[in-house]
Amino acid sequence: MSRLKDLQKNLFGGTTSNARQFGMIFTLVAIVVLFQILTDGLTLRSDNLIALFQQNSYILILAIGMLMVIVAGHIDLSVGSVAAFAGILVAKSMADWSLPWPVAILFGLAIGAIIGAWQGFWVAYIGVPAFIVTLAGMLLFRGGNQYIGNANTIPVPEGFREIGSGFLPEFGPNTGYNNATLLLGLAAAVAVVWREIQARKTRRAMDADPAPMWISILRMAIMVGVIAFAALRFASGRVGTSFPISGIILLVLVIAYSFYTRNTAGGRHIYAVGGNSRAAELSGVKLKRVNFFVMMNMSVLAALAGMIFVARSAASGPQDGNGWELDAIAAVFIGGAAVSGGIGTISGSIVGGLVMAVLNNGLQLMGVGTDRVQIIKGLVLLLAVAIDVYNKSQGRFSIIGSLMRPFRREDSAPPASPPDAEREPAKAAVSG
Amino acid sequence: MSDVPILLEMRSITKEFPGVKALSDVNLVVRAGEIHAICGENGAGKSTLMKVLSGVYPYGTYDGQIIYQGAETRFSDIRASENAGIVIIHQELALIPGMSITENIFLGNEPRKRGAIDWTAANRMALDLMARVGLEEDPDTLIKDIGVGKQQLVEIAKAFAKDVKLLILDEPTAALNEADSRHLLDLLRGFRSRGITSIMISHKLNEIEAIADQITILRDGRTVETLDVKADGVDEDRIVRGMVGRELSSRFPDHTPKIGEVFFEVRNWNVRHPISAERQVCKNESFVVRRGEIVGFAGLMGAGRTELAMSVFGRSYGVFESGTIIKDGKEIVLKSVADAIDHGLAYVSEDRKAIGLNLLDDIKSSTVAAKLSKISHHGVLNEVEEYQAAEAYRKELRTKAPTVDESVSKLSGGNQQKVVLAKWMFTDPDLLILDEPTRGIDVGAKYEIYGIIQRLADQGKGVVVISSELPELIGLCDRIYTVFEGSITGEIAREDATPENLMKQMTSTKKMLTR
Repeated sequence: MSRLKDLQKNLFGGTTSNARQFGMIFTLVAIVVLFQILTDGLTLRSDNLIALFQQNSYILILAIGMLMVIVAGHIDLSVGSVAAFAGILVAKSMADWSLPWPVAILFGLAIGAIIGAWQGFWVAYIGVPAFIVTLAGMLLFRGGNQYIGNANTIPVPEGFREIGSGFLPEFGPNTGYNNATLLLGLAAAVAVVWREIQARKTRRAMDADPAPMWISILRMAIMVGVIAFAALRFASGRVGTSFPISGIILLVLVIAYSFYTRNTAGGRHIYAVGGNSRAAELSGVKLKRVNFFVMMNMSVLAALAGMIFVARSAASGPQDGNGWELDAIAAVFIGGAAVSGGIGTISGSIVGGLVMAVLNNGLQLMGVGTDRVQIIKGLVLLLAVAIDVYNKSQGRFSIIGSLMRPFRREDSAPPASPPDAEREPAKAAVSG
Repeated sequence: MSDVPILLEMRSITKEFPGVKALSDVNLVVRAGEIHAICGENGAGKSTLMKVLSGVYPYGTYDGQIIYQGAETRFSDIRASENAGIVIIHQELALIPGMSITENIFLGNEPRKRGAIDWTAANRMALDLMARVGLEEDPDTLIKDIGVGKQQLVEIAKAFAKDVKLLILDEPTAALNEADSRHLLDLLRGFRSRGITSIMISHKLNEIEAIADQITILRDGRTVETLDVKADGVDEDRIVRGMVGRELSSRFPDHTPKIGEVFFEVRNWNVRHPISAERQVCKNESFVVRRGEIVGFAGLMGAGRTELAMSVFGRSYGVFESGTIIKDGKEIVLKSVADAIDHGLAYVSEDRKAIGLNLLDDIKSSTVAAKLSKISHHGVLNEVEEYQAAEAYRKELRTKAPTVDESVSKLSGGNQQKVVLAKWMFTDPDLLILDEPTRGIDVGAKYEIYGIIQRLADQGKGVVVISSELPELIGLCDRIYTVFEGSITGEIAREDATPENLMKQMTSTKKMLTR
């Protein structure tokens, strides 16, 4: 195997799904570099990076929940309305009933849980398609928001705003940087190295050859480099700004949910239900419970996203969360999830969300109007999924892979019978 | 036969997929008006050859020549081959369930009058075509409301609507019961007498022996031989020898059962249909299973064997009415599949692709899917243990796959079935219920699966085998129950089991116990 192939295969893990993610990461890097050039370096400036994270953390939080909903084979159209509904109730609870803000946050999460239980009940136990339930929820909770708020905006107190517009605190010696952000970066770098070592150990325990050492080192070097760069950028913002609190919340959620979906029985059940619900049921998976959970979880995350948005804009209003569902769904599909369920990852969805975010941000920096931004975003969504679908029908997964062997002989299988066409040669290969 | 004109000749067909040579130098000669069977194990290249013939793989993607009706043809797609009178009927029927028989027969081929579909003419023609295939139904009946046997006939009627000259049937009787299969074979004989040529791919060697004039055997993508059934005096053993390239001394591994005490018992089991509640699917059924015993369930399709098995397996079918399950002397109540698994039951379904496996999964995660708790600690999965478990089963069951990271959708039927068996063996069951465990699996893999079933029994587990193939039940089982219309109508010991007496009890409500 040539070094190039080694690199392609192993840089971000060895499996096909990782190869797809590698394609997405590559796309993200390309877009960042493109806008960095087009905007004369504005894109990667500290203040822009910080703003980028603050403006998109709530969409990315929604994408986490949406990924699980879509993997289970459902969809949630109500997240924007649920976010707005929870936002207005939390704002009102602090303004009218003077709840202290930490209690108000718990109150908001509880509202999310109740709404989620409502929607999960219809989806899981009555069997109404999630598309319908959440379409109803979209109207219901949008109306609820405007009914409760009288279509007015309600301001929120100072302490509460921290979760949307706060930053890591300043402390310690004057290094010219925000020390907390530097420590966070250091911790992330250590975690990356530790994970790599663990991954090598696991591979060895599976009697498989771990990736060549130089690949591991290269991979770690790239990751640590990116982390160091990001940490320095975030730490060198205007005084008083640094890594945003909403970013921390997002980070914690990404790590926790990635672990849940990848490494626990509950997470695997979601994939099983989305892949083949009847087979999952006959393997002892409690179908109703899984469906209920993903719908409920989505609404809790929507409530959290709503609160972060309200905190950032310092007030809750009637138009909060308009169109969020579409941004979240787009992030998940750009991130490689399958429309039919069963396939997708949290990290992929986050990368998908970041692609959209950087695109949005970069075009705005260039002074492109919202009309044209929407047109471009629509085309990007279509193109990203189309490339993925096309690659799948060709039996390969990696965009990069196809770039590297453009002259390979292909037998294009007609779309009439893709499963057979794929199975036949494989059959011959394994039964010979 | 050599004086009969040749209808089709495929000359040194070679077809490559990236990295795999699916066909190399395959030759096939089909004479007009004969029934030509193509035999071979899964992966031997039968379906690929038929796809080359019918234009699924268009001209240019393969090497070699196709001579049809005396001229070389170069089909660019299926439509081109159908226009030439070559129609292929796939194993998975291509019918739209929510449309009527007429609509399906003329789908894509609708008779028109001034641009609009002429339904009067269509219905009249449909009735005519249905008569030719012996299908008595109202042409307005929806496909989903008729049985799979009749659906098969609709497919053939659809082929006739296209003026077929060469009919290709891929595993036509795989999903049919005995009666429907016999009807279909009679139909093919009728076609032969009217000069229609058929090519038939089948794993059911007894049918091939009964009906085919010529048999071409493929192995590993090559033509092994073409046999003339009458002239060469071909029988099943002769075909098997050609397919596997060696003599299979027996279709079943030798086995001396070590049967212990009764440990599992179902008493007076009553279940109703999930939708139409007045229909009773299981009528007061009772049966017992002993340790180390392989128990067969024989019955026609629709007799309620699968329904019985699934309703016992954690009420995964129908509406439970009454009945008790006794295991190891204690009554147990299984309200969900999870309960059933916890109590040591396993159910391998008859349709591994639709409800047995998540085809998006790899071998590894499929193997552990029914008992994740075994590889997790405090709810966290251990990838290394998962890998080791899957790898152990891959070796033990000799599943042919490069690694356990391989997607199950890429495996052949026999190897997929081994993954399903591994998945249920991994749950450490005491009782395994295997529903059609060898459906769509080739001869060599069947033999291996039989061996696995016998080993499981020898470990002291009870094994229940549901099968529509009587020779399989007779060869494998220590005791056979017969089921008819939701009732157990008989219990036959191995020594007394013959196809005749099984068939008699599978088709009558009268209880005839031979023990």
